[in-house]
Amino acid sequence: MVLKFLRIAAPVALGVLLSGCNFVVLDPSGDVALQQRNLVVISTVLMLLIIVPVMALTALFAWRYRQSNTAAPYDPDWDHSTQLELVIWSAPLLIIICLGALTWMGTHLLDPYRVLGRIASGQPVLRSVKPLEVDVVALDWKWLFIYPEYGFATVNELAAPVGRPVDFHITSATVMNSFYIPALAGQIYAMAGMETKLHAVINAPGRYRGFSANYSGAGFSGMRFAFLGLTDAGFDKWVAKARAAGGNLSRAGYLQLEKPSENVPVRRFGSVDPALYKAVLNMCVEPGKMCMSEMMAIDAGGGLGLAGINDTLPLTYDKYARRGAVFGDRPSFVAGICDIDELRSAAPKSLAAPRSMTPINGAGLTPPQGILPAFKVLQLGTLRLPSDS
Amino acid sequence: MFDNPHFVKFLFGRLTWESFPFHEPILVATFVVVAAGGLALLGAVTYFRLWGYLWREWFTTVDHKRIGIMYMVLGVVMLLRGFADAIMMRLQQAIAFNGSEGYLPAHHFDQIFTAHGVIMIFFVAMPMVTGLMNFVMPLQIGARDVSFPFLNNFSFWMTVGGAVLVMLSLFVGEFARTGWLAYPPLSNIGYSPDVGVDYYIWGLQVAGVGTTLSGINLICTIVKMRAPGMTMMKMPVFTWTALCTNVLIVASFPVLTAVLALLALDRYVGTDFFTNDFGGNPMMYVNLIWIWGHPEVYILILPAFGIFSEVVSTFAGKRLFGYTSMVYATVVITILSYLVWLHHFFTMGSGASVNSFFGITTMIISIPTGAKMFNWLFTMYRGRIRFELPMMWTLAFMLTFVIGGMTGVLLAVPPADFVLHNSLFLVAHFHNVIIGGVVFGLFAGIAYWFPKAFGFRLDPFWGKLSFWFWVVGFYFAFMPLYVLGLMGVTRRLRVFDDPSLQIWFVIAAFGAVLIALGIACFLIQIVVSIRNREALRDVTGDPWNGRTLEWATSSPPPAYNFAFTPVVHDNDAWWDMKRRGYRRPLTGFRPIHMPRNTGAGIVLAGLATVLGFGLIWYIWWLAAVSFAGLLAVAIGHTFNYRRDYDIPAEDVARVEQARTRQLAAGA
Amino acid sequence: MSVIAVSTAAPGNDAAPVFHLEHEHEHPESASTMLGFWIYLMSDCLIFAILFATFGVLGGNYAAGPGPKDLFDLNLVALNTTMLLLSSITYGFAVLSMQQSRTSATLIWLAVTGLFGIGFVGVELHEFAHMIHEGATPQRSAFLSSFFALVGTHGLHVTCGLVWMTTLMVQVGMHGLVEANRRRLMCLSMFWHFLDVVWIGVFTFVYLMGMLR
Repeated sequence: MVLKFLRIAAPVALGVLLSGCNFVVLDPSGDVALQQRNLVVISTVLMLLIIVPVMALTALFAWRYRQSNTAAPYDPDWDHSTQLELVIWSAPLLIIICLGALTWMGTHLLDPYRVLGRIASGQPVLRSVKPLEVDVVALDWKWLFIYPEYGFATVNELAAPVGRPVDFHITSATVMNSFYIPALAGQIYAMAGMETKLHAVINAPGRYRGFSANYSGAGFSGMRFAFLGLTDAGFDKWVAKARAAGGNLSRAGYLQLEKPSENVPVRRFGSVDPALYKAVLNMCVEPGKMCMSEMMAIDAGGGLGLAGINDTLPLTYDKYARRGAVFGDRPSFVAGICDIDELRSAAPKSLAAPRSMTPINGAGLTPPQGILPAFKVLQLGTLRLPSDS
Repeated sequence: MFDNPHFVKFLFGRLTWESFPFHEPILVATFVVVAAGGLALLGAVTYFRLWGYLWREWFTTVDHKRIGIMYMVLGVVMLLRGFADAIMMRLQQAIAFNGSEGYLPAHHFDQIFTAHGVIMIFFVAMPMVTGLMNFVMPLQIGARDVSFPFLNNFSFWMTVGGAVLVMLSLFVGEFARTGWLAYPPLSNIGYSPDVGVDYYIWGLQVAGVGTTLSGINLICTIVKMRAPGMTMMKMPVFTWTALCTNVLIVASFPVLTAVLALLALDRYVGTDFFTNDFGGNPMMYVNLIWIWGHPEVYILILPAFGIFSEVVSTFAGKRLFGYTSMVYATVVITILSYLVWLHHFFTMGSGASVNSFFGITTMIISIPTGAKMFNWLFTMYRGRIRFELPMMWTLAFMLTFVIGGMTGVLLAVPPADFVLHNSLFLVAHFHNVIIGGVVFGLFAGIAYWFPKAFGFRLDPFWGKLSFWFWVVGFYFAFMPLYVLGLMGVTRRLRVFDDPSLQIWFVIAAFGAVLIALGIACFLIQIVVSIRNREALRDVTGDPWNGRTLEWATSSPPPAYNFAFTPVVHDNDAWWDMKRRGYRRPLTGFRPIHMPRNTGAGIVLAGLATVLGFGLIWYIWWLAAVSFAGLLAVAIGHTFNYRRDYDIPAEDVARVEQARTRQLAAGA
Repeated sequence: MSVIAVSTAAPGNDAAPVFHLEHEHEHPESASTMLGFWIYLMSDCLIFAILFATFGVLGGNYAAGPGPKDLFDLNLVALNTTMLLLSSITYGFAVLSMQQSRTSATLIWLAVTGLFGIGFVGVELHEFAHMIHEGATPQRSAFLSSFFALVGTHGLHVTCGLVWMTTLMVQVGMHGLVEANRRRLMCLSMFWHFLDVVWIGVFTFVYLMGMLR
């Protein structure tokens, strides 16, 4: 009951207190962020139950037992009281038990990987509603959003219809970033070669801020984008506008886009290479480079043996014209042994029948005798291979 | 000869004229000021013929008290540098609105916030904490010195070596632009090909060796050198926290050493630990560095807790409430601090169960911390509280730290962290606990033990002025950051697009100015106190009516600390001695066995610093020569078998008689 | 150490408390040294723990290159393990001789230990050189990076131990088995056995389990 009361009263009180400023974290527009806000408020109130008395007692004792107040009792040898010790340890313990329970539930319910169960309080997600899929790529220093369902892509502008769940698949083509739209939902890191997920829904139309919340280098401050919450009609119009923008984001185009740039204005690509996101996630957009998924499958089968040692190619293109380590080899990458069409057509689901891989046409690679790596799908931590998406 | 590019490259590695930032007026001006100040200092030392004195009495000393004081001096000097960075950041963020780029380009701003974090943690907080432990702890346990006095000197100079490398980056080359923990891939050679991250790595490696060795040294001292009668449960609380802190140091700094070594291998040899390609895993670095990084914050805060415990019971004139639970709380915090590192990156997507495990372990730490808070509270209860400066800092701490603790627990709730992580709310939180806890604690400790170190008190007027500027400045500087965090503003931003935020940054900058005044008042306080030292003189050795053994000896203590090894009967040993009518022995002095000074520590640390410089700039011959020198001096030092001497009984008697006269004159 | 105390308490107290020792309270140096060195070893152990953990995480990431089965020669590793284990035993004999105050026997056993150590480092360098020659460099894959880092760090420790041992042999030759040298020999003994224990971990975790991978 108390919690319920707090859940209603505290935000209202805060709202009155802070009206006039844009406290987006305390007054979000997405259901997930709203629940996170509630957790922030409830936890704070729970802790204030103990913090406020401590602060009051500190002030009180400091004042009452000041040296000049000789009326107050003075007991220089009093240093122990079992009852008091019991209270001292159990009071924080009780608060932490409550908070711990709340944390356990909240963390599971608001896990960004968890598929949304509701779009607002009392409004479960209808089974008929297909979530909007968005592939997010953090680049130096801009955001690329790919809409696989509609086949177009945008840079630094994201939109979603109000009330429709959005499934974000997030990766990075560069250093670690953090994908964060405070009004929509909490943040999650974007990391190269790995995919994180975020499920969210926007509940009110509007134009919101999105940005990278993890420092990523010189252009970090300008790594912002607009997130548009649109009505269904507005969204359709926005999609049509993006599609009409023309231009195709091919792999070559992507490699151009990937080069570092700062404060990038909104860009739209009417069509996009459908395998681009998978290639980015697997860090194999550059021609000839082995995809992560393939590499991991090969490694799971024990590697390519001595024959694979020289299966590397010197890096010819690099965003930073990167220098190699002073005592290291020349910068290089592992050469792919099957081309992108194979990746596109079939990333094997499980221990599929071994494919014939001879002759292996990797650069610098002598055809091995009888190496048939067993492909299997790995699930390592945050990493999701394209095959299970 | 110098026309040959290969020869020049051999001689100077990648160091060229372009490495010196002549094009950055801010740095040139700083350099001129620092150089002028440095030359003036060197000139003064030469003019007053102090080199010999400094070398014999300070640089080569193995006396834990002098080493402790030198640590404090290092901390204060580095505080000025770290704070200069802070105020530059505040200024940049206060003006970079409405299309203004501010006055700092990204290249400079990114170095500043990295340097600020690194310097404040490694070269301000760590030296000061280590310095206080070094100075106070052996006195508190009735020892004559630490277990390994030479090692103590060496550790100090290694810390200085690290600081020198970091400071050097200001004028030769640049510092890292990666944030204070240098996450790869950003800190890998591909994204940070310049010397910045190398300065970071070698600066911390050199200092880290010193810190680890100092940790081992102080653990041994506490375990092996306690005065007879001082059982573990009779140790003063500050000594307990020092023990736990040093256990944390020894159990966490090797992790930092290892992970930075791996990063160095990636950068120098091209290995694939933290790369994106070739099977590396950057997230492993984030895990490893926080396995060091979280204990690190407890390394800083535990001694501060110890200081507050000493101060509260002294100035309340009362035994510490709940000594036993205080000790257990400290030990529990020590252990738990290893089980929480993942809360620094809930947003990595580790899954709900992992996140909630680490969230809940983090919250559990607040239970012993809360118990400590109550213990201080009930120590004040029925006391007679004297509001001297150390006590004022303690009260400010109690009122400020609970706020930081609360926001900390809030950030430990993973879904709450998702909306507050990396925001200015987080920045406000950790400044709240580090300034409100560690810094206030250090100032309390400085005010409390300064008379013990120098024989006169600090001037209270300037001290109180400094106190109020600091406390008020802190609230002005960081409460706006909490607000900004709730407005969804992330950290490390150089320019802003939302003009409505500006007012908060202006308030925060104002707070930083107040803190600057607080630091200025602190420095003035020291100068004024030195000038008025005769008026502030403490001849008793016990200016605060203290409770622990360090107050049993003179201020400043003689080189041997105690003419006779004290015997302990009570937690508050000196209080007990005073109460039961202890009288100083006046005769029967004996020769005292003491370690001999040595210059090996400063030479070794100097060579290590040169080695670091050579590695940073790829000057291989320099690295090789200094490494060979390091090895030779280290081995050569082991051939010195005469490391101790005896202070003759007559000398002890003379020092003690002087004190007798002083006490009589003061009485 | 006899505790002879003087009563300095005010007369009239029921019990006369002892507040200081009249004689100098000796803290023998070696007591702290053993503890201190042991704590140092534990901190070093932590460095190895991190390297083991790194190998645990990255040990399967061959980057489509060679794996343990393609690279390791267990016969060579078995030889190496034998040498290191034997060197621990011979170090034990050196300590026994030291305890019997037999200087030359101590020196001889130390020399034998040192020879085993040199043999170990030599074989390891040979193994590394062979792998690098084949192209299995530390840069080739994360597996190789973590392998070279772990095994190389151990080898570096053994090398340091050898330098230390040589120095100590000179010092024992100069000063005999004095207290300081005995203490140092005990420290080196702990160090040497510690490296042995770490090697057993490396042998099991890296080589044997690598072959089973």
